[in-house]
Amino acid sequence: MIKVRKSVLMTAVSITLFSQAALTAEEQFFPVLSYRVGPYGANGQAFFGGFIDYLNYVNLKNNGINGVKLVWEECETEYNNAKGIECYERLKDKAKVSTGPIHTMSTGVAYALIDKSVEDHIPLAMVGYGRTDAVDGSVFPYAFPLVSTYQMQASAILKFIKEKEKGSLEGKKIVYLYHDSAYGKEPIVALQEEAKLNKFDLTLIPVAHPGNEQGAQWLQIRREQPDYVIFWGWGVMNQTAIKAAQKVGFPRDRIIGSWWAGSEEDTIPAGDAATGYMSATWNVSGKDVPLIADIEKVVYGAGKGNLQDPSRIGTILYNRGVSAAVLSIEAMLKAQEKYGKEKPVTGEQVRWGMENLDITDARLKEIGATDLLPEIKTSCMDHEGSGKIKIQQWDGAQWVPVSGWIEGNKELIHPLFKASAEQYAKEKGITPRDCSKES
Amino acid sequence: MIYREAGQFKTRYAADQQIFPIRQDRISILILLAMVFLVIPAMASDYWFSAILIPFLIFSLAALGLNILTGYAGQLSLGSAAFMAVGAYAAYNFQLRIEEIPILLSFVLGGLTAAGVGILFGLPSLWIKGFYLAVATLAAQFFIVWCLTKFPWLSNYSSSGVISTQKLILFGHEFTSPQEKYLLVLTIVTVMALAAKNLVRSSTGRAWMAVRDMDVAAAVIGIRLMPTKLLAFAVSSFYCGVAGALYAFCYLGSVEPDGFSLDMSFRILFMIIIGGVGSILGSFLGAAFILLLPIFLDITLPQIAGLLGLPFSNATVSHIQILLFGTLIMFFLIVEPHGLARLWQIGKEKLRLWPFPH
Repeated sequence: MIKVRKSVLMTAVSITLFSQAALTAEEQFFPVLSYRVGPYGANGQAFFGGFIDYLNYVNLKNNGINGVKLVWEECETEYNNAKGIECYERLKDKAKVSTGPIHTMSTGVAYALIDKSVEDHIPLAMVGYGRTDAVDGSVFPYAFPLVSTYQMQASAILKFIKEKEKGSLEGKKIVYLYHDSAYGKEPIVALQEEAKLNKFDLTLIPVAHPGNEQGAQWLQIRREQPDYVIFWGWGVMNQTAIKAAQKVGFPRDRIIGSWWAGSEEDTIPAGDAATGYMSATWNVSGKDVPLIADIEKVVYGAGKGNLQDPSRIGTILYNRGVSAAVLSIEAMLKAQEKYGKEKPVTGEQVRWGMENLDITDARLKEIGATDLLPEIKTSCMDHEGSGKIKIQQWDGAQWVPVSGWIEGNKELIHPLFKASAEQYAKEKGITPRDCSKES
Repeated sequence: MIYREAGQFKTRYAADQQIFPIRQDRISILILLAMVFLVIPAMASDYWFSAILIPFLIFSLAALGLNILTGYAGQLSLGSAAFMAVGAYAAYNFQLRIEEIPILLSFVLGGLTAAGVGILFGLPSLWIKGFYLAVATLAAQFFIVWCLTKFPWLSNYSSSGVISTQKLILFGHEFTSPQEKYLLVLTIVTVMALAAKNLVRSSTGRAWMAVRDMDVAAAVIGIRLMPTKLLAFAVSSFYCGVAGALYAFCYLGSVEPDGFSLDMSFRILFMIIIGGVGSILGSFLGAAFILLLPIFLDITLPQIAGLLGLPFSNATVSHIQILLFGTLIMFFLIVEPHGLARLWQIGKEKLRLWPFPH
């Protein structure tokens, strides 16, 4: 009797297990830690709107990745670290079966997930934010600061200024005006190294969070009479700075912001004051990119669009979300190439895919994303993969690129990452991987 | 009927003075401890440990710290998060700079550093009271966060100012799994809660309450105000400091000064207001309410919306969740201004009469 019951139980268990396996075999899970409310909700809506629209697009257009349908679950983090961790833990179990890389679009949440993602084998993408020394993949196997980092961005901005100044920055005066937080402080080391190398005069001026009062800082800038202001702002701080610059009469076309200080959300509220203002970006805006136009046609045509306000399609942050999703999908396709097509990929496999990304211009053209983002080629030693940005200028109605892809000074910046990663490894007792043995 | 103390005679003073004089209370607290130490670790999932139980315990400890200061000694403070930051950064630095220092000692030293800073910022309490003191402690909130950002030595020259905590090694064993971390946090919180309960029942606690109720009268009956108030600041900051160290080492793993914002101080203050000012139990209830209710709503609302077939987007659900949370806070404050702990107490009193209320 007992035996019979046991075998019945076993069959029941195996049936449920297999049926579950059969269900999930066709689907690729994607955890999405998004935010649509809270202080940065507006930014999150555009970014994650673009992100999810692209996932929908891949499902509608290509029937998923090599026939495997994408499914995803969103969890609201409110740009709050504790909530972000709660979300991560909530989605973790599902992500253990199959997962795409996690995008948090929050440096704080990304930092908190670095150790956990290694433990759980879930790759963490930090596209244009997060821990920058994770460029060194030997210490950070699961973290990917893809495309470019703050340090490389600062270096590339200086390169742009240098070209404008006919090849020399010697004796120039540059003010670095920054959000006094982890985000604003990271590029300082890079700027100081560049100042030594290019012999320009660097002045650091911090702005306390949230930065809606910058009178004192801009008076100081007027006194200093710098040639350029490099500006690392976020949120409400951006429009305040642009308006304050107008008030003290500092020319806006001599201010260059970071990529988090260069979206429509920053310039439109500043009105006329913003005309001529420049910023870095790692993705272009507008619907001229064929992919963006196609998403509007396919996804919104099918009534599956994620944005409540479709007029935001083609904005900087929307396109950035699409770009982040493109990178994720490319990594998953790469992983499928190695581990078997028509199968969902696990965290470990996606990690390999992200470490072996090779997105050429030809490939970008194939998916219709020509010039949406730069070419990317990652490796164990280089989790960044590009380090290139464009400079764009606000013409009063939209962002217009005014440069090609500019690469930061890799020889100068990457050793800084390596040193910082080594210190981290020492503090944490991590033995770095041997990158020469990775394939 | 079941909750009745009839027949329980006390023949010694010790029996009369124990924390739980009623036998049923003692039994239920033992069952509760057995549950949290033995049953939960065996049953709960990683999600429960890392996302719910560990933060709940840590914030309970911080709320407990604030409750000692505000609830028992009557000194309003808005600097709890800053004292947590001191604890976290101090523990990190002790661990980093002193070779082979045991992690528990780092936590204690972190707590003591916070206590020292707490005394410093408690000094104004000798001259000012109430809301004015709250504003003075606000200075601690801003000064400490500024200080941690300003001096890179404190974050070991990390370019971003973010510190990443060291490994948790205790008696040669590394604590890696959420379950082990939970047990570590639980043990520390249990011991410290017990200590707090005894402290507030001692002469020190009574002196605090005398100062809280009327400090002139307390001075008249011979309580020295300065040491009493400063001790309250020290003990409270010690609790917050240890909570901060646990927050960094056992919960997040990496912290930045901006994480310990005024917002967090307010949350801790709300925990004790909702839970019950001047109650040890209230600190736990309040932390549970403020931390767990939003998560609960977040999980259940989309399901309810799905069941009813309402076309809610994620953003709408989040907005409704915030609305509902605010409404519930108001509801509880109207129903019982003295907090959840008071509701619990009333419940117990009713239960003693049940089923024959006179």
